[in-house]
Amino acid sequence: MTDVFIIDSSLRDGSHAIRHQLDRRQIESYCAAAETAGVPIVMVGHGNGLGASSLQVGESLLTDQEMIACARGKLSRSKLGVFIIPGFGTINKDLGPAIEQGVDVVCVSSHCTEADTTQRHINYVKEKGKLAYGNLMMTHMVSKEILIDECLKMQSYDVDGVIIMDSAGAYITADVKERIAALAGALKIPVGFHAHNNLGLAIANSVAAIEAGATILDCCILGFGAGAGNTQMEAVVAILNKMGYKTGIDLYKILDLADMAAKELFTSAKGIKSISIVSGLAGVFSGFVRHVERVSLQYGVDAKDVFFELGRRKAVGGQEDMIVEVAISLVDKQREKRQ
Amino acid sequence: MAQYPEKIKVAILGSGNIGTDLLIKILRSDVLECTRFVGRNCHSKGMLKAKEKGVAVSDKGINEILDNPDCCRIVFDATSAKDHLQHWALLKETDKTVIDMTPSKIGKMIVPAINLDDALDNRNVNMVSCGGQASIPLAFVLSRTCKDIEYIEVVSSIASRSAGMATRINIDEYIENTEEGLRSFTRCDNVKVILILNPADPCIDMQTTLSAKMPKPDIEKLRAAVFEMERAIQAYVPGYSVIVPPVYENNRIVIMVKVRGLGDYLPAYAGNLDIINCAAVRTAERYACRMQDALVGAKHL
Repeated sequence: MTDVFIIDSSLRDGSHAIRHQLDRRQIESYCAAAETAGVPIVMVGHGNGLGASSLQVGESLLTDQEMIACARGKLSRSKLGVFIIPGFGTINKDLGPAIEQGVDVVCVSSHCTEADTTQRHINYVKEKGKLAYGNLMMTHMVSKEILIDECLKMQSYDVDGVIIMDSAGAYITADVKERIAALAGALKIPVGFHAHNNLGLAIANSVAAIEAGATILDCCILGFGAGAGNTQMEAVVAILNKMGYKTGIDLYKILDLADMAAKELFTSAKGIKSISIVSGLAGVFSGFVRHVERVSLQYGVDAKDVFFELGRRKAVGGQEDMIVEVAISLVDKQREKRQ
Repeated sequence: MAQYPEKIKVAILGSGNIGTDLLIKILRSDVLECTRFVGRNCHSKGMLKAKEKGVAVSDKGINEILDNPDCCRIVFDATSAKDHLQHWALLKETDKTVIDMTPSKIGKMIVPAINLDDALDNRNVNMVSCGGQASIPLAFVLSRTCKDIEYIEVVSSIASRSAGMATRINIDEYIENTEEGLRSFTRCDNVKVILILNPADPCIDMQTTLSAKMPKPDIEKLRAAVFEMERAIQAYVPGYSVIVPPVYENNRIVIMVKVRGLGDYLPAYAGNLDIINCAAVRTAERYACRMQDALVGAKHL
C-alpha cells in the first residue's frame, strides 16, 4: 500500500534537459535500475510526448517506437508510460502503435482549459484496458474554479487520476496549496502534481501538494527536466519517507539510481540559471529556455526581454515559433529607438 | 457579379462557430443566398443568430435538405468529419454540390489561391483546414521556388475560444487532413502538422508557422514569391499577412503568417474561422457564377 504514487518522468521531461538525445543504452540502463528501485511508473519519450519530435520543439535522437522498445525490454514490475498531447500526436499515427508495443500507462495532456481535446485519446486508452491519467499544462494561467471544471471533464472520461502541471515553474507554495486543496475536495479521483524548479520551489511545492491532498507526484531523477528542471525524485522520496509517507520505493536504490543517472544520462551541470528564473516569473513554459537562448544570441537581443515579452503575449508550450517573432520585434524596436 | 438576375441558393449544415460565421459571410455575397441554416438544436447560439438575421432554420439535420430538394443547389457541411461521411453518402445521390468544411478526406482539396478552377469538376470539394488554408499556399510557393525540400512542418496556434466542439473532437483528423493537403500540393512526402490551442485571455490571433528543412534557397526570389502569394490570398482573406518573411536559420526556412478575422461571428482573433470560411465562400461563388452562366446561356438559346 502506498500513500504517494510516484511517476518517474526522467526519460520524458528529463529529455528536455538533454535536447531529447537519449540513446538506447541510456534508456535500457535507466529502466533496469528504476525497476530495481521499485519506481511504480517509468515514463519514456520526447519531452513533449508522442509525435512531438519536430523542428518546432526539437527533434529526438530515437523515434518514439525505438524508445518504447528499449524501455519495454527492461520493465516488468514497473509500469511503462508515455505522454501525449492531442495536437502533436494522433491515435492513428502515435498512440495506437505505442499501445501495440505494450505501454501500460498513458498521460493524455492538454493546456489548462482544453480538457475536452483529450476525451477521444483517453477513451481510446481506456478501451484498450490501460491506465490513463489526464494532465493539464500551464495551470498557473487560470483560476482554481476553471481547473476544477476542466478536471471534472477528465473525471467524466474515466481517467485514473488528474495531474496538475506547473509547466512554467510559476507557482509559489501558497498557489499550490490553494489549488490542490480545492481540486482534492472537488474530485473523486486521485490528484497529482508536476512541478518545475524555475523559482527553486519544485520540492517545496510538491510536498505542499501532498499536504494539501495530492496523492501522485510526477518527478525526475536529479531534478532534470525542461528549464530549471522538475522535482528531484530521490530527494522528494527521502523527504516523504522522513514525513512518514510510503512510496513503495527503496531509498538506497533510488539514491543509487540518481548516482547512475548522474554518470550516464544527465552529465551536464545542473542548477537554476538566471534565465530560468525569468521564465518562471514571466509564466512561460520552462522548455523554451534553450530556444530562447539560441534565438536571442542569433538576433542580438536580451533573452530576459524575450521571456518577458513571451509572457506578455501569453505563449504556451508548443508555440516555440513565437520566439523568433518576438526576437525580430525586439530588434525592430531597438532600431526605432536608435533612429 | 451583380448583373445576375437571381442568387444561387445554398444551405449550411452545422450551426457551430464555422457554420454561423459562414452564414454571416454569405449574407454579404452578391451571388449566394442562404435559404436554410440547419442544426440539431433550435436554441443554440448559432441558430438564434440565424433567426435574428431572418434566415430559415431547421433542427432536422440532413433530412431538411433531402426532404426539400429545391431549397438549395450548394450545401456547406460544417458538422464533423464523421458526420460528413454519412451526409455525403446521402447527398451523392442528389444533384447538390457539396463544400465540405470538415477534415473528412473525401472530396478534392481546394485552396483558392492555388487550384480554384479544379473545384468546378468535382461535386464534393474539401476546404482542408484553417491551418491548411494558411500554410499550403506558402508550402506550394516553396515547392515551386526551391528544390530538394526534405521536410515540411506546419504549426498553427489558435485561440481556445475559437475552437468549437467539432474542431476539438476532430483534432486528429485536422492533423491528418492538413498533412495530406501539404503532401498533395507540394509532393514532399515528409510532412508534419501541429495544432496548439492557446488558452490565453484576451485571445491570441491565429498564427501559422511553416518550417522546412532544405538547402539554402535564393531568399530574395522566395520572398518575392511569398509576397505575391500573400496578395493573392488577401484578395479573399483580407486579414492574412506575412509577419515573418522567409528567413533561413539553423538549416531551415521559416515563414510566419498571422490571420486576423473580419470579426463576423467571433471577434477578430478567430482568423482560423475567417481563412477557411473566406476560402469556402470564394469557392462557392465560383460554382455559383458557372451555374448562373448556364442559366443565362439557357435563356439566350
